[in-house]
Amino acid sequence: MRRLFFPFLTVLCLIAPLSDGFAQISASSADFDTQTITLALTQEPPQLNSMKATDQVSALILGHVMEGLLSYDRRGKIIPGVAEKWEIDSTGATFWLRKDARWSDGKPVTADDFLFAWQTALKPETASEYSFILYSIGNAEDINKGKKPTESLAVTVVDDHTLTVEFETPIGYFDKLVAFTTFFPARRDFFKARGDSYGADAKDLLFNGPFRMTDWVHSASLKMVKNEHYWDRDNIHLNAINADYITEDSRARLNLYIDGKIVHTRLDGETYKDALTQRQRIRSFTTGSVFYLEYNFREDRITTNRNLRKAIQHVFDPEEFVNKVLATPGNLPGRSLFPVWLGGVEDKFRREYKAAEPKIDLALARDYLEKAKVELGVEKIPPLVLLVGNSPTSAKQAEYLQGVFKEKLDIDVKIDIQTFKQRLAKMTSGDFDMVAAGWGPDFDDIMTFGDLFASWNLNNRGRYNNPDYDRLVRIGMTSADPKTRMDAMGELQRILTEDAVIIPQYEQGVIYLMHPKVKGVVRRVVGADPDFRRARIVK
Amino acid sequence: MLAYTFKRLLAGVVTVWFIATATFIAMHSVPGDPLMNDKAVTAEIRANLEKKYGLDKSGPEQYLIFMSNMLRGDFGISFTQQNRKVNDIIRDHFPVSATLGLLAVFFAAIGGIVWGALTAIYRNRLPDIIIMFLVILGISVPSFVFAALGQLSLVKINQLLGSSVIPVAGWGTFGHMLVPSLVLGLGTMALLTRLMRSSMLEVVNEDYIKTAKAKGLSPIRIFFKHQLRNAILPVLTVLGPQIAAITTGGFVVELVFAIPGLGRYFVQAVQQLDYTVIMGTTVFYGAFLVFMVILVDIIYGFVDPRVRLQ
Repeated sequence: MRRLFFPFLTVLCLIAPLSDGFAQISASSADFDTQTITLALTQEPPQLNSMKATDQVSALILGHVMEGLLSYDRRGKIIPGVAEKWEIDSTGATFWLRKDARWSDGKPVTADDFLFAWQTALKPETASEYSFILYSIGNAEDINKGKKPTESLAVTVVDDHTLTVEFETPIGYFDKLVAFTTFFPARRDFFKARGDSYGADAKDLLFNGPFRMTDWVHSASLKMVKNEHYWDRDNIHLNAINADYITEDSRARLNLYIDGKIVHTRLDGETYKDALTQRQRIRSFTTGSVFYLEYNFREDRITTNRNLRKAIQHVFDPEEFVNKVLATPGNLPGRSLFPVWLGGVEDKFRREYKAAEPKIDLALARDYLEKAKVELGVEKIPPLVLLVGNSPTSAKQAEYLQGVFKEKLDIDVKIDIQTFKQRLAKMTSGDFDMVAAGWGPDFDDIMTFGDLFASWNLNNRGRYNNPDYDRLVRIGMTSADPKTRMDAMGELQRILTEDAVIIPQYEQGVIYLMHPKVKGVVRRVVGADPDFRRARIVK
Repeated sequence: MLAYTFKRLLAGVVTVWFIATATFIAMHSVPGDPLMNDKAVTAEIRANLEKKYGLDKSGPEQYLIFMSNMLRGDFGISFTQQNRKVNDIIRDHFPVSATLGLLAVFFAAIGGIVWGALTAIYRNRLPDIIIMFLVILGISVPSFVFAALGQLSLVKINQLLGSSVIPVAGWGTFGHMLVPSLVLGLGTMALLTRLMRSSMLEVVNEDYIKTAKAKGLSPIRIFFKHQLRNAILPVLTVLGPQIAAITTGGFVVELVFAIPGLGRYFVQAVQQLDYTVIMGTTVFYGAFLVFMVILVDIIYGFVDPRVRLQ
C-alpha cells in the first residue's frame, strides 16, 4: 500500500502548484468597508477586444472597463461619455472630447483612439462580426468589403479632442450607435505592441472606463478595480468588482448566493422555486428581447399562404403562453415585434402606436383555415415543421404549440429539435416551416428591431419580402424627423400583424436575486447588464 | 523488455493518429456551421472569418495543415475564445483537472480497498449488505446528482454553522477540492470496492492462506501481509485507465463547482463546434489515455514478477 501511496502523493504535490494562481475568495459578497462586491459570471468572456466582441458576458465586462464617446444614464437616456459635447445632423456628426479622459496608464484618450478602433474593426483581416454596425459612417461598408483602403474612412481627427464623422447615408440614431461596444476606443501604439494577443489577458488590454481589469484567470475569475485615472472617478463608489466564479449552472450560482458568496444571480424556472422556498426576495426585469414564431416565406413553403398564417394568429394566445407555459414572473405577452421599452416620438412607442391584438377566435381561425385549404388545393394541411433549440424550455414550448395546432386547427406539427449551431444552419438554409426565434437589441433605437424583416437583412431567415415593408424601413433608417420615423414604424407594426409575418410570443423577463445592501445597480436592455458602475454598498 | 516497450509506444502513436483522423472526419461531418452566430454576417465578413481559420480550403488540405501543425505541437487558435491558443487552454486547465482527478482517484482507491476488504471479511453479513447496496447506488446514480447533492449539503452545513466553513464552489485551496473530488471519485470507488471484494474472496481460499493459518499467524497479520497484498493486483490494473478516465470526465463536477478545468472546454467545444479546441482536447486526452494504458502494462511487469513480457 505504501508503495502506491507515495508516488501518488508526489504526483499530487507536483501538479498542485501548477494550478495555483486560482487562490481568491473574498470574505463577504458585499463588503461595506472596502466597497467590494463579488459576482459569478455565467461563462468565460470569449472576447474582450471591443472591436470584435459579440456576446453578453464580454459586453458586461467591457461596459465596466471601457467607455465610448457617449453613454447611457440610469434611465437609458444618452449622456456624455468621453465626448462632453456633440452635434449630429443629417450629413454627419462632430464630437468634442473631454480633456480629462484618460487611459488606465494615465495617457489621455484622444480622437485618434476612436478613429483607430473603428478602422481596425472594419479591416477585412480583423473579421469582426459586428463591423456592419459601423456601416453608417462614410465608406465603411466598402472598406469592410475590401473595396477601399481603411484610410478612406470618412472620419477626421481635427485635433486631439475633436472628431468629425461624415455619414454614408443620413441616419437618425447615430448617437445611440456610438454608445455601442464596437465603437469603443483602442490606442494605436498599445494595440500594435500587443499584436495578436490584444485582449487575451488583463495585461493585454488598456482601459478607459470606470474600472480596470487587474487579474483574469481564464475560466476561474476576473478582477476589476476602480480606475484612478477615470475622469468621473469621484462618482464611482465601488473599489473592486471580483468575478470569483464562472459557471453556467444556475443551481450552483443560487447555492453561492445563499451561501453569501455572490451579490447577484439570475434564476430560471427550476431555481425560481428553490429561491421561493428559501424566502429570498425575488426581483424581475425585462431584458428587452422579443421572442416570436417566424415563418418560412420561401416559395415552396405552404407558410407563404397568408390565410394559413392568419388562422394560426387567431388561435395562439400569448397571454396563456406566458402564464401557463413560461410560468415564471416577469415575462410579458408578445403583441408586437417592438417591445414596450422602445422610445417613440415623446413617450414610449407602444403607447403612441398601439399594437393590434388579434382576437382569439376559433370560428374566425377556422374560416381562414378553410380559405387556406382551398387556395392550397389540399384536403388537410400537411404537417408543419417547427424548428426549435434543444433546451428543456424550448421543448416544452414546442409541445404546447403542437397541442394548440392539433386541437384547434387539426394541423400536425413536427418538432425539429436542434443544437444551437445546427438550428442556425437550418434557419439560414430555410429548412423549416416555422422557427421559434428571438431578437435582442443592440442599441436603444426602434431600428434595432425595425429592419429585421427587410428583404436585404440577413437575419430575415424566413426571407419575408415586402416592398412596402422595405420602404418603411428606409424611412426609419434615414429620416431625421422623429415623427416621420415613428409614423413609418407604426405602419410597419400594422403590416406585421395584418400580414401575420410573425406570431409574437413574449417579451422576455428575467427574475433574479440581488444582495439587499448593494444599491444603485442598473438593469439595462442595451449595454452592460447588470450595470454596477455607479453601485455602492450601504451599511 | 525494451523492444516490447518500443513496440507498445509505436502502436500508441498509431492509435493517436487514428483518434485524430477519426475525430477530424467526424467533426467535419457534424451538421451545423462553426462560424455561425446569433446574428447573421455578410458574405464578405464570413469570407474574412473563413480565411482567418483556414476554412476556405478544401477538407483534405485542412487535414494536412492540421496534421503538420499537430506534429509541431501547435493546435491553433480557439474559435470561440479568439485570442487564446488551444495549447494555452490545455496548459492552463489540464493541471486543474489532473489535480482534481488524482485526488478523486486517491479517495476512490483508499475507499475501494477498505470497503472491498470489509465486505469480504463480513461476507453475507450486515456490513457487506449495506456496503454492497451503497456500491450499486454509487455505480448507478450519475455524477451530476451527487454533485448537486454534495453542493446543497455544503450550503446546509454552512447555514447551520452560521459561516461558510467549506467553500460551496470555486477553486484554489484544499477546501475547494475536497467535496468535488469525493463526488468525482464515487463511481470509481464503487467499482473498485466490487473488484476488491471478489478478488479478496478468491484469495481467501488459496493454499498459502491455509498455510499461514496453520502456522498460527494472527488473523490481522494474515489479512494485511498475505490476503490484501495478493488481492490488490487486479485493482492496480484498472487504476491506470481509471486515472485517465477520471481526469478527463469531470465536466459536470467542474460545472457545478465552478472549477476551471479542461473538462468544461472538452464538452463545450463540441457544443459550440469549436474545431480547434475539439481537436486539441481530443488528441490530448486520447494520447493521455493511450499513455496510461501502456504505462500500466509496463509497470505490471515490475510489480508482478509472474508476468513475463515478450
